[in-house]
Amino acid sequence: MGFNLIGKNFTPPDVHAKVTGSAKYAEDFRKDGMVFIKIYSSPMPHAKIKSIDVSKAAKMPGVVGFLLPDEIKQPKDAGHAILSNYPVFVGQPILAVAAETEQQAEDALEAVNVNLQPLAFCIDPLDSLKPKGVNAHKDGNVANRKGIKLQEVKWSGKDFALAGDDKLPMGKAVTEWSYGDVESGFKKAKVVLEETFVSAANAHHALEPRSAAAYWENGKCHVWGSTQSSSFAHPSLAKYIGIPPTKLNLVTEFCGGGFGGKAYSYPIMALPALMSKKLNGRPVMMRLSRAEEFYNGSARAGFQGWVKIGFGNDGRVLAMDSYVIQDNGSTGGFWDFQNFGVAGSVILQPKAMRFRGIPVLTNTPPKGAQRGPGENQTANILEPILDKGARKLGIDRLALRLVNTPGGGTGAKVGPKRVPVTSAYLREGLVQASKKFGYSSRVKKSGKQANGKIRSIGIGQAYHAAGYNGWDGMVRITPDGKLHIHTGVGNLGTYSYAATSRVAAEVLGYDWKNTVIERGGTLKAMPFNIGQFGSNTSFTMTRTNFAAATDAKQKLLEIGAMMMGGKASDYELRKEKVVSKKGSNSITFARAAQKAIELKGKYAGHVVDEDLKGLTKISAKMIAGTGLVGVAKDKIPKKGSVPALAAAFIEIELDPETGRVEILDYLGVADVGQVLHPQGLDAQIRGAAVMGFGLAALERYVYDPAYGRPNARGLYQAKPPTYLDVPANLDSLAVKGAYDKQNPVGAKGVGEPIMGAASSAYLSAVAEAMDGQLLNRVPVVADQIINAMAKQPQSHKLLQTNCQ
Amino acid sequence: MSDYMHSFELFEPASIGDASKLINKFGKDGWIIAGGKDSLDWFKDRNKRPKAVINIANLKELRGIKDNKDYVSIGSVTTLTEMEDSKLLKKHFPVLIDAVSRIASPQIRNAGTLGGNVAQDTRCTYYRDGFPCYRAGGNTCYANTPTAMNREHAVFDVARCVAVTPSDTAPALVALEAEMVISSKGKTRKVMAEEFFIGPATDITRMTALKKNDILVEIRIPKKWAGAKYYFEKVADRQTWDFSLVNIAMVAKTSGGKISEVRMACGGVQCTPRRMTNVEDLLKGESAGPEMEKLAKRVAAQGAKALNYNHFKIPLMGNLAARAVRSMA
Repeated sequence: MGFNLIGKNFTPPDVHAKVTGSAKYAEDFRKDGMVFIKIYSSPMPHAKIKSIDVSKAAKMPGVVGFLLPDEIKQPKDAGHAILSNYPVFVGQPILAVAAETEQQAEDALEAVNVNLQPLAFCIDPLDSLKPKGVNAHKDGNVANRKGIKLQEVKWSGKDFALAGDDKLPMGKAVTEWSYGDVESGFKKAKVVLEETFVSAANAHHALEPRSAAAYWENGKCHVWGSTQSSSFAHPSLAKYIGIPPTKLNLVTEFCGGGFGGKAYSYPIMALPALMSKKLNGRPVMMRLSRAEEFYNGSARAGFQGWVKIGFGNDGRVLAMDSYVIQDNGSTGGFWDFQNFGVAGSVILQPKAMRFRGIPVLTNTPPKGAQRGPGENQTANILEPILDKGARKLGIDRLALRLVNTPGGGTGAKVGPKRVPVTSAYLREGLVQASKKFGYSSRVKKSGKQANGKIRSIGIGQAYHAAGYNGWDGMVRITPDGKLHIHTGVGNLGTYSYAATSRVAAEVLGYDWKNTVIERGGTLKAMPFNIGQFGSNTSFTMTRTNFAAATDAKQKLLEIGAMMMGGKASDYELRKEKVVSKKGSNSITFARAAQKAIELKGKYAGHVVDEDLKGLTKISAKMIAGTGLVGVAKDKIPKKGSVPALAAAFIEIELDPETGRVEILDYLGVADVGQVLHPQGLDAQIRGAAVMGFGLAALERYVYDPAYGRPNARGLYQAKPPTYLDVPANLDSLAVKGAYDKQNPVGAKGVGEPIMGAASSAYLSAVAEAMDGQLLNRVPVVADQIINAMAKQPQSHKLLQTNCQ
Repeated sequence: MSDYMHSFELFEPASIGDASKLINKFGKDGWIIAGGKDSLDWFKDRNKRPKAVINIANLKELRGIKDNKDYVSIGSVTTLTEMEDSKLLKKHFPVLIDAVSRIASPQIRNAGTLGGNVAQDTRCTYYRDGFPCYRAGGNTCYANTPTAMNREHAVFDVARCVAVTPSDTAPALVALEAEMVISSKGKTRKVMAEEFFIGPATDITRMTALKKNDILVEIRIPKKWAGAKYYFEKVADRQTWDFSLVNIAMVAKTSGGKISEVRMACGGVQCTPRRMTNVEDLLKGESAGPEMEKLAKRVAAQGAKALNYNHFKIPLMGNLAARAVRSMA
């Protein structure tokens, strides 16, 4: 496609501030009279609060106030409280104290007396499902925010006995679906594999711990917050604070890492606002510590699961059956487990499939979406199993993938309803990447090397849904001729807010120098659009910006006709001018903007479509009369499900004596349709790979089952990857020839599967280096490799969780 | 949990004498600090709350690497980065340089000192998180229960406590027969590195011979092992920042193709650096080669007893001993 801006590199406008340190994060803001809050957190995994006494602490120097759980609306069922009167995990916030300094607040906390009565607790889902198992919540042990109400589910002793010691017990599920004839598929299969697996939970560990500050002025609440999304965070935060969105001014300029954990607002983000309200609007700052971030920052859900896959002669997956027990944490959690089924259905395109699952509460921190929630765990489990299938069939591992993987543009289907994809080119991606990586020749050089290490190649693939529609876009041309692109998507750090904004400039033929991206909070007049999560930004936001710019374009043409005569269709846009198609008449966009202001009505944002979202209407009012306003809901047709698809090739060297795995080379490939920003995509693919290696190999989530407390909450214990753990050069590729026809510029997102492709490729390579021995456990850390290579039993039990 | 230290008085003495007076004055309420990499974690978690913190990092007399006739002396507040950059150490004791360069991360090595690296407390998470364990003056060990998470803990010499030495320089200093010079109330005494590190059977509340009024002033490394064959390896989860799962240090001399003298020590397997005497005894008078590798692997971890999650340390010790032998072949 002939684009001027799309597909070309540029410098996103927030880069300078990040590089120079002038970027202001939530905790950088200050206001006169600001006080600081500190939080008293539960020392017990499950407890009843018998009494709270702050009388002594109230007399401490500098203390200005407290917030107690009874002053906060408590959620129903397994909801996530801002301050809880019923703690269900170690680290759960119970009360907050405000003082003139953080030191004073911390000192005051030590004088607070919270009398807790310990209750029985549970950190392993399987323990809770046992007939006499402990419920992590007084009202039940199974819940999920995706439509599964808090309830008690117990499996029978027989369910457990039938499984024995080497297989997942599979009692009653709460989610179940299937398509095709699964049993007949297994009968026809040449090779049938059955594997029981564990995928560990994984904390988000955002570099910027949750920080927020707030004050009230003239009945309005002002919040500086750390969130991935701007407009999407706004109504939910207002709800936490207990005010209508119109009363909330939210500033969200920068976010120091979210990974899904700060997808939009979160309970504790509202705490400074609530404390400030109690203090008559006095500014309140909350800065969480690293430990508090561990407790409040949510975590990827852990899995205990089972999968059975039947392969035909050529490796085609004829049937797949699966069961996932999800460690749901202590609240409603996220639906990772359901995504196991969906992701399996997309990547393997099984002819027949069944999925069953159950989300079980544990007295561990809330689980939330983390980059590829469920889909990336799926990749990590399935890819090494595909290798095992190829081994048993005696066929090449890449060949096996190529007969299953979605490709060819259309035809692939998603989930139980077999919804068609909008576009899929992963097969092409595998072929292109295998050539670039030199897969065939590298495979030949695999095996034991002269240095005693074992070299191997891994292949990974992953999926995530990648786009929505129906959200709003808004642009404005001011009388100085500048194009202001208003976006509420947020600034997670991927720069996709900027790349997708360029679509508006592309539609209007703007020189990028003459554009301004308006972002970072409600005062910037944000349209209401979806947040920056779910790999959706590229697909969804290009559509909204396209819709808004198309509206502006029409208004420019109409104004052209008004000012120069004739019909709108007699004009076109050229070099920031409305130009007559026939003659040489033209007016500048600047002039047209001035005219729009004079015309008022729809041209200047005074009158907008009824079907726009509430925030968009408010934002349009804010800018009404300041220029030509293009504002529209994305009504561009869309059919089917947008898949984000990625694959990866990796070469490693495993040291059988020390368990060390060195990554020698890596190539990630992404099916993104039309590339919006090559440099941004490359950075995304490489960064996601590093995070993926952490998930697969290094990051630890450890709980002591006797005390229900974490052993790895600090960064030095939890071990996210460092740049010395990855090669200096990681390579990336976008599938050539890919284009999503249901997006106006052919684009779709890919933020999540590029991580799962990397992590699963790593695990595939490790299993390959160990002669195909599957550990069926993620992460695979050094001790497991040492045990395996020494041919001694692993220290953990087969289905044990929270121990790696 | 909130990372906010308690209030304390900070002293910046101008001489060892002044530092000594201060630590004597405050007794159990005093705390010596230099790089702060161990201390500040304790303070931020509020699990240690000294009233007086005495900073010796700026005492020039405790800083620097000096060449003496029979030994090289390293001031206790010499930073790990200064050691890493020392041509003198590189020339004589590359095994120590290899160890130093694998400690923590470059940023931590810029501030962290050799004294701090050898005197640091254990990293048992139960102990560090304030559990009232034996080491903390309580009456149980939380890391050695039937369900405790103890992947990083000891496989040898468990005496109520199962914590391990976290130091990477410690096994190298033990192998090198280093001497620790300690000042106490105006007097100095010397302690061999091997005796400097103490286990729970000796005193469960301390990791070293340092008592409350002591200041470690200098580490002396005899030139006996200068230029010897050497091996150091650290196995950790990540390539930087982590404490060792197991590390190994060896120095050896050969004569006529045979190993005439060898010292080998291992960290991360017990409370103190473990002299691998089985391997030393095996190797003496032998030539390095496949047979010695195999036998070293066999005897390295003899007597080890795994806890719940650290079985891997047993083959790992054997593998590292074999690699040390291999390095001499």
